[in-house]
Amino acid sequence: MKIKKIRNSLKRIKAISKKEIRELLRDKRMLGVIFLFPIFLLIVFGYAINFDVKNVKIAVCDLDKSSESINFINSLISSEYFDLVNFIQYGDADKYLDQNLAQCIIVIPKDFSHKIYSNDLVQIQYLIDGVQGNTATLIMNYVNAATLNLSKQVTNKFLLRIGRSYFVPIQIEPRFWFNPDLNSTRFLLPGLIGMILILVSVVTISLSIVREKEMGTIEQLNVSSLSVSELLIGKIIPYIIIAFTNAGIILITGYIFFDITIKGSFIWLLICTLIFLSASLGMGIIVSVIADSLQVAFQIGTLISLLPSLLLSGFIFPIESMPKVIQVFTNITPTKFYIKCLRSILLKGAGIEFYWEQLLYMILFSISTLLIASKLYAKKMK
Amino acid sequence: MNSIEVFELTKKFGSFTAVDNVSFNVKEGEIFGFLGANGAGKSTTIRMLCGILEPTSGDAFVGGYSIVKSPDKVKLNIGYMSQKFSLYNDLTVEENIEFFGSIYGLFGKSLKQKKEWVLEVSYLRGKEKLLTSSLPTGIKQRLALGLAVIHKPKIVFLDEPTSGVDPIFRRNFWDLINELSSEGITVIVTTHYLEEAEYCNDIILIDSGKIIAQGNPKQLKTNYIHHPIFEIQCENATDIIECLEKQNFVDEVSLFGNNIHVITNSNLKEINQILELLSDKNVKSISKITPTLEDVFIHLLEKKNENQKN
Repeated sequence: MKIKKIRNSLKRIKAISKKEIRELLRDKRMLGVIFLFPIFLLIVFGYAINFDVKNVKIAVCDLDKSSESINFINSLISSEYFDLVNFIQYGDADKYLDQNLAQCIIVIPKDFSHKIYSNDLVQIQYLIDGVQGNTATLIMNYVNAATLNLSKQVTNKFLLRIGRSYFVPIQIEPRFWFNPDLNSTRFLLPGLIGMILILVSVVTISLSIVREKEMGTIEQLNVSSLSVSELLIGKIIPYIIIAFTNAGIILITGYIFFDITIKGSFIWLLICTLIFLSASLGMGIIVSVIADSLQVAFQIGTLISLLPSLLLSGFIFPIESMPKVIQVFTNITPTKFYIKCLRSILLKGAGIEFYWEQLLYMILFSISTLLIASKLYAKKMK
Repeated sequence: MNSIEVFELTKKFGSFTAVDNVSFNVKEGEIFGFLGANGAGKSTTIRMLCGILEPTSGDAFVGGYSIVKSPDKVKLNIGYMSQKFSLYNDLTVEENIEFFGSIYGLFGKSLKQKKEWVLEVSYLRGKEKLLTSSLPTGIKQRLALGLAVIHKPKIVFLDEPTSGVDPIFRRNFWDLINELSSEGITVIVTTHYLEEAEYCNDIILIDSGKIIAQGNPKQLKTNYIHHPIFEIQCENATDIIECLEKQNFVDEVSLFGNNIHVITNSNLKEINQILELLSDKNVKSISKITPTLEDVFIHLLEKKNENQKN
């Protein structure tokens, strides 16, 4: 008896899912949005959002015009960080910075070569465009490093002449693990997956339920022997499949365009994603209970999924540097925890022992959203 | 045998009472008409009887099950077709049938049989692959009705099934309703087309959530209007209406197309009183008629409004 009941229940769930997939396959526009949107976002984010500063435009005001000064300039522009724009007069410096012709201007004093060899202190002036704070800091670090390097060479030469050699007692040897070339796309990809998945799931499921409300078909379902949980499970299954396909597309695109591979366990990646999706779909169902029209559902859905994922999840802005109050607020989005899991799995290849807390939180989050969602849904129907 | 028994059913939305202390019975196998203006409380009552809306107070037994205690059992025994057209427009005919069939627990062979039946009653045999959105409204309604009874319920609720359908399809649709009824299915239908009410075995008229009349069409016509009613064929109707309204033997005057219906009262001693009054007007004919349901309802509603004013 009980087995028969369960079997019938499963058949009804299957009927709902099948219907949902058929409707979706006919909605070409929706399909396009669902599957092309992630690729578009990934490429835009991958190429456009780049924290690396390369090809800084520099202009040089060489007042010395000696072989030493030319040497110095060459050593700068031979790296990929600097591009020489022009040699300029000192008076043109304003113009170059104002019109954004150069981001940094190097002024080499008249007595540069003379002072270097007479054991005197030389001062090189760097004028850096400080409008973009982050970039300016990076430029400063680059020129510092380059200048330090030159100083070292000069000192070395000097010491060699008196029969000594240069010796630095402590040397720094930084190695960047998990992202050796400090590629920011690699850092962004987990957040991007999280953001796209939550956005697509919240919006698709809420639209699908609200459309039934608008069409009046929901009445027909309510009056049948279909239970609320059967309906919701039947609705969720197709969108989980879609979201997984999406995650796959993003990973493949990430591999093709940005050479990003999965370092850790594939199984745990699936499990984390499944839990994250349940939480997102639960949020989508809640949206569908609140919203009565497709437009409202789309707006609320986008708002609650996109904004927190973008701003509060640690996707772009590190949570550690936020004020304490805001840090508490970051817990409202499951994306925060999913991103931590993804970074561990994708980039570090770390085991479950490093992200079980995040996983646990996501499980709690999805259970509570799904419970609230089905309760709200059932209540609204009364 | 009653297939539906309603006891003092009431539904309040905040301070607004949509259905006010309504009681009635529906006999097994009959076509039961539920009449009233838009917003009178018809749909709310139907939705409560279907078990999708909880009543504020009162109870009803539908197919023997209480809508308060076991709405899920109620749902198993009923079919429902709502006011809003409720098929999936982006599915084909066949896919709609399969979907609703499975939702109601039909699979395999029984689903296949039912599919054939639905295709037949909706004239869609050979058009299974058409998208539902491309069908004319009348056909869609037949398909929707077919799907509402696909699981062979004992009772089916039709909420304004014929609104927006042209007269020929409406007649046609009623043939299908009669067919269901002859198979022993109880049909509860709401409508605001009064000529459709004539097809019902029993009718209740509801206004502002209250029942104001009930009975079969014949009873309604005789029980609620006691005095003669006349039909006047004429050219300048507005003139005559104005003139008649002032008379003390006239209860109500209403316009039916080009004709005027006059409900008289006990002050009218003989028909000549009217003839004399209208002798100088351009009147083609005056005849005594049996009231239509429309006469009855207009009469009842006006009487109710007057009572409320007093």
